Amino acid sequence: MSTAPPVRATQEPRIADEHGRRIRVGELVLRYALLLLVLAITVGPFLWQLSTSLKGPTEDVFSSPPSFLPEHPTLHNYRRVADTIPVWDYALNSLKVAGASVVTNCVGSALAGYALARLRYRGRRVATLVFILAMLVPVEGIIIAQFTTMRELGLNNTLIGVVLPGSIGAMNVLLMRNAFLNVPYEIEEAAYVDGANAWQRFLRIALPSVRGTLAVVAIFAFMGAWDDFLWPLIVLSDPSRFTLTIGLNYLHGTFANDERLVAAGTVIAVAPLIALFACLQRYFFRGVGEGAVKG
Amino acid sequence: MAGVSRVRRQLPTSPWLFAAPGLLVVGAFVLYPFVSTIVDSFTDRRTLIPGHFVGLANFRELVHDDMFWTGLRNSTLYIAGVVPALVVLPLLLALLVQKNIPGITFFRSAFYTPVVASIVVVGLIWVWLLDERGLVNSLLETVGIGRVGFLSDQWLLLLSAMAVTVWKGLGYYMIIYLAALAGVPRELHEAAAVDGAGTVRRFLTVTVPAVRSTMILVAALSSVAAFKTFSEVYLLAGPDGGPAGEDTTLVMLVQQTGTGLTGRVGYASALSVVVFVVTVALMLLVLRADRRERP
Repeated sequence: MSTAPPVRATQEPRIADEHGRRIRVGELVLRYALLLLVLAITVGPFLWQLSTSLKGPTEDVFSSPPSFLPEHPTLHNYRRVADTIPVWDYALNSLKVAGASVVTNCVGSALAGYALARLRYRGRRVATLVFILAMLVPVEGIIIAQFTTMRELGLNNTLIGVVLPGSIGAMNVLLMRNAFLNVPYEIEEAAYVDGANAWQRFLRIALPSVRGTLAVVAIFAFMGAWDDFLWPLIVLSDPSRFTLTIGLNYLHGTFANDERLVAAGTVIAVAPLIALFACLQRYFFRGVGEGAVKG
Repeated sequence: MAGVSRVRRQLPTSPWLFAAPGLLVVGAFVLYPFVSTIVDSFTDRRTLIPGHFVGLANFRELVHDDMFWTGLRNSTLYIAGVVPALVVLPLLLALLVQKNIPGITFFRSAFYTPVVASIVVVGLIWVWLLDERGLVNSLLETVGIGRVGFLSDQWLLLLSAMAVTVWKGLGYYMIIYLAALAGVPRELHEAAAVDGAGTVRRFLTVTVPAVRSTMILVAALSSVAAFKTFSEVYLLAGPDGGPAGEDTTLVMLVQQTGTGLTGRVGYASALSVVVFVVTVALMLLVLRADRRERP
């Protein structure tokens, strides 16, 4: 469902479209002009933020016309963020939450997805329906009840409380179920004839065949947990336990007038995800396709 | 499915062991909160005080609550502002990046960057860009338009938040459209071209009908998301929702009312029930439109 890998049109002597027809020069110029315009709109704001974060205390960040490049680039603001809020602790908290979410989502949704797709038992249809219903519930509508549930469990204001509600996403379970259903059944049947039990078939045969979908689940679990804002905002009240997004909101609320500082904080928060995206684009795009069809 | 019945070598409990973690998480943190939200909406429960049944009192109060109507108005306006833009612009963008001209994979990835970034990062980037002394205003001043109070006027704030939502969503829906466009038969375009249809005609008579069901999917996804907007307005307008709270969305109101030690859980639950009802109504509406449009 992802975007088709680019046809190697670039290796041909002329520039052609996906059907192998030539593109006129005028159209090509127009296309690149538009592409650059959209590039400026979509990526420009990130670069402006990066530029602001590198400007020193003496440089005017408000100048008009604006100066796009810092005159004397400095990492001074990054040191100042760390002095103002415990930004590296927050980053570590975010990493813990995101890492835990990846593990629980991968394990939990693979197991449940396999049970829905391959195992035979009474109540399988009901179990499938439970996950479908859960997927349809709008999270924003249940946050207050989730919060009171966490309080009853004594887990409010803990990182475990941040992870738990999204620890096994219903949509991920259904994604894994579909992936297992698409694996040819014959191999598993052969293993069954050889005497493999459900656990062995799951671990040795089924799981290796759905690695692609598992990677999608892992990436979206990481991104979802790292980027999440509303739930951690509600469940965390102690500043020493903040995740990066809540810490940034706090930084913005308290030091709103210090643009260089906030800019440095946002760069710290966004850089790891952009790096992850740059390395694993394929899976990000694939996830959009699979998620949209299901969701 | 036919082969499934032949696999029976499994412990009778193992399917439930596989599904248990997923069912437990989804049950405890999605379905139970969902049910308890509905139950709580008929009580006067507070964060620290277990409530009593009060019948429809919360809903009666809601009808006379100006803040509720403000929230409902803003969340509805959000749909009206965001959905048309998110149905059309990403389609145009997908057409722009569809042809495999040199460097196009770079542009596709770059356009997706805002999707990857956390909404907090995105919000703070735009708070700085739209600041009274920020980049957008200094550019406007440079070209002679003068400064605009994007973040101080009630309506400009809401419009700015919508623009941020659109900006962040462009890349996501672009990828969905790209997958749909890949399935449009080339012959249709050629036939239209032979008939002398220009670019705009071809777009309206070939592309739009071919991706109509995807447009409806995008409308469904984006309208449900728009109605539940929280973060963009929270970050741009502040936790209180702008001047006199006039920019508060419904989900912001849920968060303001239901959290904290004095949180009115019962009343916030009643607000949440409205969120459920509208969300379901939106989905049904879009599904109906889908059915009617199909031949």
